[in-house]
Amino acid sequence: MKLQEYTLSTHNFEECMKCTVCTAYCPVLQVNPLYPGPKQAGPDGERLRLKDPFFFNNALKYCLNCKRCEVSCPSGVQVADLIQAARIKYDKSPIKWRDRMLASTDFMGHLARPVAPIANAVTGLGVTKTMMDAMFKIDHRRTFPKYSGRGFESWMGRHEKEQAAFAEQVAYFHGCYVNYNYPRLGKDLVKVLNALGVGVQLLEKEKCCGVAMINNRMKTEATRNAVHNVKALSKTVDKGLMVLTTSSTCTLTLRNEYPALLGVDNSGVRDFIMMASRFIFERLEKGATLHFKPDYHRKVAYHTPCHMEKLGWGVFSEKLLRMIPGLEFTKLDSACCGIAGTYGFKRENYEASQAIGEPLFAQIRTINPDVVACDCETCKWQIEMSTGYSVMNPISILAEAIETNKD
Amino acid sequence: MSNNEFDVIIIGGGITGAGTQRDCAMRGLKTLLIERSDIATGATGRNHGLLHSGARYAVNDPESAQECIKENMILRRIASHCVDPTDGLFISLPEDDLSYQQTFVDACRRAGISAEVIDPELAKRLEPSVNPELTGAVRVPDGSVDPFRLCAANMLDAKLHGGQVRLQTTVTGFIREGDTIRGVHTRNLVTGQEQDYYASVTVNAGGIWGHDIAALAGVTVGMFPAKGALLVFAHRVNNLVINRCRKPSNADILVPGDTVCIIGTTSTRIPFEECDCVAVTPDEVNLLITEGAKMAPSLSATRILRAYAGVRPLVSSDDDPTGRNISRGIVCLDHEERDGLKGFITITGGKLMTYRLMAEIATDAVCRKLNIDKSCETATTPLPGSEEGSYEAVARKIWEKPSMAQKAAAARMGSRATRIQTRNTLDQALICECEEVSVAEVENAIERLDASTLTDLRRRTRIGMGTCQGEFCACRAAGLLAKAHDCIEKERADLADFLQERWKGNFPIGWGDTLREAEYTQWVYKHVLGI
Repeated sequence: MKLQEYTLSTHNFEECMKCTVCTAYCPVLQVNPLYPGPKQAGPDGERLRLKDPFFFNNALKYCLNCKRCEVSCPSGVQVADLIQAARIKYDKSPIKWRDRMLASTDFMGHLARPVAPIANAVTGLGVTKTMMDAMFKIDHRRTFPKYSGRGFESWMGRHEKEQAAFAEQVAYFHGCYVNYNYPRLGKDLVKVLNALGVGVQLLEKEKCCGVAMINNRMKTEATRNAVHNVKALSKTVDKGLMVLTTSSTCTLTLRNEYPALLGVDNSGVRDFIMMASRFIFERLEKGATLHFKPDYHRKVAYHTPCHMEKLGWGVFSEKLLRMIPGLEFTKLDSACCGIAGTYGFKRENYEASQAIGEPLFAQIRTINPDVVACDCETCKWQIEMSTGYSVMNPISILAEAIETNKD
Repeated sequence: MSNNEFDVIIIGGGITGAGTQRDCAMRGLKTLLIERSDIATGATGRNHGLLHSGARYAVNDPESAQECIKENMILRRIASHCVDPTDGLFISLPEDDLSYQQTFVDACRRAGISAEVIDPELAKRLEPSVNPELTGAVRVPDGSVDPFRLCAANMLDAKLHGGQVRLQTTVTGFIREGDTIRGVHTRNLVTGQEQDYYASVTVNAGGIWGHDIAALAGVTVGMFPAKGALLVFAHRVNNLVINRCRKPSNADILVPGDTVCIIGTTSTRIPFEECDCVAVTPDEVNLLITEGAKMAPSLSATRILRAYAGVRPLVSSDDDPTGRNISRGIVCLDHEERDGLKGFITITGGKLMTYRLMAEIATDAVCRKLNIDKSCETATTPLPGSEEGSYEAVARKIWEKPSMAQKAAAARMGSRATRIQTRNTLDQALICECEEVSVAEVENAIERLDASTLTDLRRRTRIGMGTCQGEFCACRAAGLLAKAHDCIEKERADLADFLQERWKGNFPIGWGDTLREAEYTQWVYKHVLGI
């Protein structure tokens, strides 16, 4: 008889065997009883929502989209995608101004950068925080990332010729954070790649990857950015270049979320987008060399961001750090820091956000490292704010540990 | 009138029996319903759950078509919590003769069924799962109906009107005085207790088994057992019923029912001996998948949950070997007129759709015998649970911010969802995660809806009907049953039976994810729970 050769369902929801592993791994469920949990919110709820959108449960907004459910699922169900897709499709409540503001990282960056010193001073003020809490329900206990006066893109503009001189080229998708808040990470990457004999160029004009828009249900805006970015990425990939990244969340968005949640086809570029830590590790493993400082010493605790776990690439950052002589390496337990981008900034999520991160914070305090390493900027804000320890991207630590001709 | 004396005894706890009991009880009669198993175990619970518009019968059986559309409109009013008024499409595919569409539409209009020819492009927009190669589409007022819920609601209303119900009780013989049936001998199949009940009229509403019941009373009713096999897919692929616009044939109806969709049926004549244990064959599964994929191509890659089969209680009128040409019409036999046997009526034929009309006809016959002049009110009085209309309204009325499980309970129970006690978090805990059934809803079914086994609970609450097929809900619900009956050993046996019964439906389509799930279930029960 003719059997079905395979079965398919949206985000694989029918592959769910109800084993409930995702529920056990969900960080939200452990601190917030109002959240139904990934299995119920995802594959179980989907069957009811297909019957009638009335069965959509507003408590799905408590999902922080960390994707730990997807990592734990033995059946390949895209649980978090199901939940985000359901929120986008069925939650018809108007999107709050606060959420639009938090999600528009490009726009806010443009506004703040020219007046960075003032913006930083103002957002740091107690009175501003109280006002933002009262007006927008952005939690007053939160520390805002600082804006940088000079963007990374303009710095790259000034170094374009110098970079073009390298025979081998890669492109860099820097993301909003490097451009508006922390150009140093971008400069660190350029330093390391140059030391490997690789020149860096930018895409023809990248836009925010859109992850915050997706998480705040702004599908139209996110799709606009996705279409733009895929076009820009294609031009670069067509030139035969790899596109490197330093943010695990931007990377996951470009590679996975575009097709899964926005329906934007990225098949032509997906395999060419790679975290810089993986690229560099693979180079070194193949025999490329870097000159490390002989007297370097750092005690580093590495936190694997949830989205790095979803990519399955945490191992590359870990191995890369372990290659640095004089670096005392500790891997922190697999745990979510609780911030999840814009999620932790919202007043209604603050307590849950901090409670989720607490085991991680406690472990960092016990280990007492010189610095925490992590590939995600929002984890960095959360850990720095909650523990007082400084957090560096593995690329920055590598840049700090090597000697170049310029040094 | 003593405890075991009634005005009317109804044999058979399917939809016909339940509907007849409700009608009799509403007309003031003292009623008893006897069912040897549980509610809706025969053809009532083993069909598509299609709320026919009548369009399917319009060309070949205009009388049935007219009955269907009338009852369709009535059920939307009186059984709103059992009905999902989705509408349906009759599609023509390239291999179908498009000229049949006009014959079909004309016949529908003659029968009073609204049949709107729509552009195939519009059909694709309305129902994205439909075969994009369709050449024509007609929109009709089809829908879906939950037969278990409908049956339970009828029985519940009968009880609210003073009726009594004996489940798990079989009729072992008739009490005869000369040419009159005075009552029945019965035996409870669980306790073994024997009991006689007396009534002026006994109604045989045994479906296909009405043949045996009639024989027990010494009269002959010629039934035609025709098996129909169906497949349940794991989620709703379509939101409109999809039919083929051609002469009715095999596997040409796809019905979205609650959280699943169902393709069927086949039609094969089977011997009477097989009515109690019909099995789905590989050929039938093959046919259903192949034909189903013609209507909605995604079915060929959609997970199948179960296969099942039912036996249509058709009354044989000629020697057509397929059973397709037999009228689905209602047959009410007054055995006094037909066979000279007083106090005995058989109501048979018909279909789920026309159960209410069948009940009305049977009750009219009962009332004539009892010289009672009361008119039927079942066409206008809502069933318990259907008083409020939409489940959205019900859920929002009871709970300020209903959870998914509360919304699901409102959709299953209608306004009766107010009966669910949610005093604490345990009451709100889920027994069934696939279908969102809470502890409170299961306890309600045990206390108020005569559920004594897991299979009974399944028919009343949908536990075990979801994707996991009892993997998690069965043991949890068994715990509640064991507590209610204060007996662990009996419940262990019930749990094993239930899992075996679930496997019976998985077996014919046991591949891919369904097989994985069944394996996993086996691990859980055998290796973790030691059953």
